[in-house]
Amino acid sequence: MLDDFIIRAIIAGIGVALVAGPLGCFIVWRRLAYFGDTLSHAALLGVALAFLFEVNITLAVFSVSACISVALLLLQKRAALSADALLGLLSHSALALGLVVLAFITWVRMDLMGLLFGDILAVSKADIAIIWLGGSLVLAVLAVIWRPLFAATVNRELAEAEGMNPERANIIFMLLMAAVIAIAMKVVGVLLITAMLIIPVAAARRFASGPEGMALFAAGIGAVSVVSGLFGSLEWDTPAGPSIVVAALGLFVLSLLPRFWKNSAKEIVSDQLVSKVQKEPGHE
Amino acid sequence: MDATIPLTKKDTLFLIMIKKIEPLFKLNNAGVHQAGRWLVRGVSFSLEPGEIVTLIGPNGSGKSTTAKMALGIIKPNEGQVNRSLDLRVAYVPQKLSVDWTLPLTVRRFMNLTGHIRESEASEAMVATGVSHLAAAEVRTLSGGEFQRVMLARAIARKPDLLVLDEPVQGVDFSGEIILYDLIKRIRDELGCGILLISHDLHVVMATTDRVICLNGHVCCSGTPTAVTSTPEYKALFGARAASSLAVYEHHHDHTHLSGGRVQHGDGSITDHCHPSDGHHHPENPQDGEGKPDA
Repeated sequence: MLDDFIIRAIIAGIGVALVAGPLGCFIVWRRLAYFGDTLSHAALLGVALAFLFEVNITLAVFSVSACISVALLLLQKRAALSADALLGLLSHSALALGLVVLAFITWVRMDLMGLLFGDILAVSKADIAIIWLGGSLVLAVLAVIWRPLFAATVNRELAEAEGMNPERANIIFMLLMAAVIAIAMKVVGVLLITAMLIIPVAAARRFASGPEGMALFAAGIGAVSVVSGLFGSLEWDTPAGPSIVVAALGLFVLSLLPRFWKNSAKEIVSDQLVSKVQKEPGHE
Repeated sequence: MDATIPLTKKDTLFLIMIKKIEPLFKLNNAGVHQAGRWLVRGVSFSLEPGEIVTLIGPNGSGKSTTAKMALGIIKPNEGQVNRSLDLRVAYVPQKLSVDWTLPLTVRRFMNLTGHIRESEASEAMVATGVSHLAAAEVRTLSGGEFQRVMLARAIARKPDLLVLDEPVQGVDFSGEIILYDLIKRIRDELGCGILLISHDLHVVMATTDRVICLNGHVCCSGTPTAVTSTPEYKALFGARAASSLAVYEHHHDHTHLSGGRVQHGDGSITDHCHPSDGHHHPENPQDGEGKPDA
């Protein structure tokens, strides 16, 4: 069964989606979308270094992403720069460094398109093993740190005061992010990893009444995106990675529709009230 | 409103006596220096189990900073903070905004930092008057409702140390009194130590054992207990609106100069201000009765 490339692609893609959904929730809740971009740019540097030193690509990408995360944590404590400026600095420095290092590697023919947009149709059984084993590990660790991480997401000081050790949860979360970037890169490519982290989550928001439910919905919507994107890609001969993202986008648009069609006017009014209250200064 | 906690008053007192071996936390000359200035300096006090201590003071006087030092959120830049080990803490921060992307019901919010049993959660929500909101999304609550929810969460944790930073902001006036009564009852039932921050001494007075007045340092501290149960106090309560401003100004008629010196209302300058200076506690011109003792 695993000999069929489309089956392998589906299994690998679903593996990535199941991990990206729950982690992506924290990316959205904590407004860290740009952090995902930064890590994926760092992934390019990781790939370049992997070729240069002839080490395992997944490992190299994970290491570089982890280093960038730690650098971000350290810079946030010391430098008098805002978080988004720091992220921009790290993101584009890593990207530029990656491209410079790639230029030195003349002995390997680089498939830059494959790096940027992924090569899900070429995943091997070993890739699948890495995705599912690594992914299970990431989900297991996330389950362990879920409560402190979630508490720190709602309010860091409250979590700290009540003994949740948010600092440790944050560091572990950043390492998990680095791991997800490393295992997801092959599937959707450097440019579109953030999309896999964010779009299924955005689509799930509408249906979820609790954080755990939202994580499950996001994983499910991601998996559906993978399957429908892959079949769309086969049907219309479009690139696989971007097709998956387009499918996720389609699901997100679908998730918006009930707001206008099915829901009573009452809910729309209450939504407007909420946004009005939120706009009022001093209300908190 | 009836909380059913299987402890008699005797039991509680006994527990308090056992726990009283050491304070929950102890600040010793603690200060926080940030961005080139001292937010608060030279703060020394401790909180014992079963005690309610209230921090009062104007904006920027270091009330929240002091509370955060006691909670271990901020490390002091000078002095020490000693906290008793394995404290079960509940904290109601001054500000908490939940991102709109976060689906979070009131009931799930109660479980934020530890699992809380259904019976305890509903009991606490009944006590703070938000039981009808259990399934509501936190971001749809009004300011006062959310304060009540945060208080319910803190109570349901059954803490050893409860820190409340302006716990009734946005709560309507009659609700304020009920909630302060509740806070006091929580102390009586759980025997926990409560650190309370308020800018409104009048309402807190009935609840608190000890008041610490901050203005970048500890101005004074005292026990307003004598007035809490007198009819005069209740009269004062009624005249709250008229008198609160006068009382408030009266508290800080002195100016803090460099080097910790203090210039008083009459122009004299001393090294520190003392409780005996006589201007730290309300001496109400509109309502001469019900003075707290200094």
